[in-house]
Amino acid sequence: MTRKDAPKCECAAEPTPAAGTPDPRAARRKVLLLAAGLVLWVVVYHLLQPGTAWVACTALCGRSSNAFKESVAFFLYDVPKVLLLLTLIVFGVGVLRSFFTAERTRQVLAGKRESLGNVLAAALGIVTPFCSCSAVPLFIGFVTAGVPLGVTFSFLIAAPMINEVAVVLLFGLFGWQVAALYTGTGLVIAILAGWVIGRLHLEKWVEPWVYELTPGEAGTQTAPLTWNDRLDFGLQSVREIVGKVWPWVVVGIAVGAAIHGYVPENFMAAIMGRGAWWSVPVAVVLGIPMYSNAAGIIPVVQALLEKGAALGTVLAFMMAVIGLSLPETILLRQVLRPRLIAVFLGVVGLGIILVGYLFNALM
Amino acid sequence: MKITVYGPGCNKCKQAEEVVRSTVAEAGADVEVEKVSEIREIVKAGVLTTPAVAVDGVVKLAGRVPTPDEVKAWLTG
Repeated sequence: MTRKDAPKCECAAEPTPAAGTPDPRAARRKVLLLAAGLVLWVVVYHLLQPGTAWVACTALCGRSSNAFKESVAFFLYDVPKVLLLLTLIVFGVGVLRSFFTAERTRQVLAGKRESLGNVLAAALGIVTPFCSCSAVPLFIGFVTAGVPLGVTFSFLIAAPMINEVAVVLLFGLFGWQVAALYTGTGLVIAILAGWVIGRLHLEKWVEPWVYELTPGEAGTQTAPLTWNDRLDFGLQSVREIVGKVWPWVVVGIAVGAAIHGYVPENFMAAIMGRGAWWSVPVAVVLGIPMYSNAAGIIPVVQALLEKGAALGTVLAFMMAVIGLSLPETILLRQVLRPRLIAVFLGVVGLGIILVGYLFNALM
Repeated sequence: MKITVYGPGCNKCKQAEEVVRSTVAEAGADVEVEKVSEIREIVKAGVLTTPAVAVDGVVKLAGRVPTPDEVKAWLTG
């Protein structure tokens, strides 16, 4: 049962709701607790900056070097801020995802025309609950149900690239502009790369047995979800996703804080600055094999940006790290010929490189 | 009654199998539990996201690990 070639699954686990008939009183208590939690969240979030500044100053003012004080203040403020944002957004996304299933997404996409299909697939890729372990059955299920190959790729590119953890970290550390830029360009890459792959008509490079399979008509009888279940989905996502990424966030911000305080201004300008034309492709090539530490890499990259790295280069690096994952690619090898894998990596990689150059030129 | 757990071998799939097996054993139910890891069989069952659990050939849950309560509910009815 254990397969040596099966790569470790890095995806967030799917939430598990409590089953059984919900006790209405328990459900009401849960809603009240969640509302109280939200109020507490808002209060803590607003007190965070003055609070951590005060702590950093009482502990360190006048007693240590400026660089050390700055690093500590940066760390003390950013860690709770990012974790707070992460908790709230992961909960919201968990509830939102309970409205979508891979089965319904497939129904929507089956038989769609390519251009519109690519746009829909990329958008649904963001909200459909999907973990990279399911990439293979999902791929087969999609293409055999008549979802065009390119449309399927748009889904598979958008799903990991635009995820709540990456977007929250970008929002918390870079601001909403960069988070929006990342999401927008990520969607464009997923749409266009899928469209290009569709236009190339590469069905011949899908392993032939895939098209010979006739997937069973899903005799699915899943129980309908109540609002109580959906709130449980949200809570479960928080437990699993935040529970898994928080160490990465802490370590990433610690390294970022050290860079913030100790690395000289403009240190990165020569390596990752706008002048270094080769830095964008190098960043993408380096980023592809990195995957699991996306939560840890964004704070480090943010610190590098302050030290003279160019935004386009940084954006390209993050997209390659988060969007192109080696484990998923290895899984897809079961259904795709190496040539199609190469085209997939090439088209998406090229799209990311173009985004990098575009932003280096514009900003 | 036969319960089938579908999953290519990721952590969640092993967890799903464990939950089903332990709940069935605990309930002392006369149920055959089967684990399917072969990708073609998974697809033929109409499963899109794993882990998935089918009871007598009908997919009851997909894309997550069942809770013991959910398994108990299938056993009783």
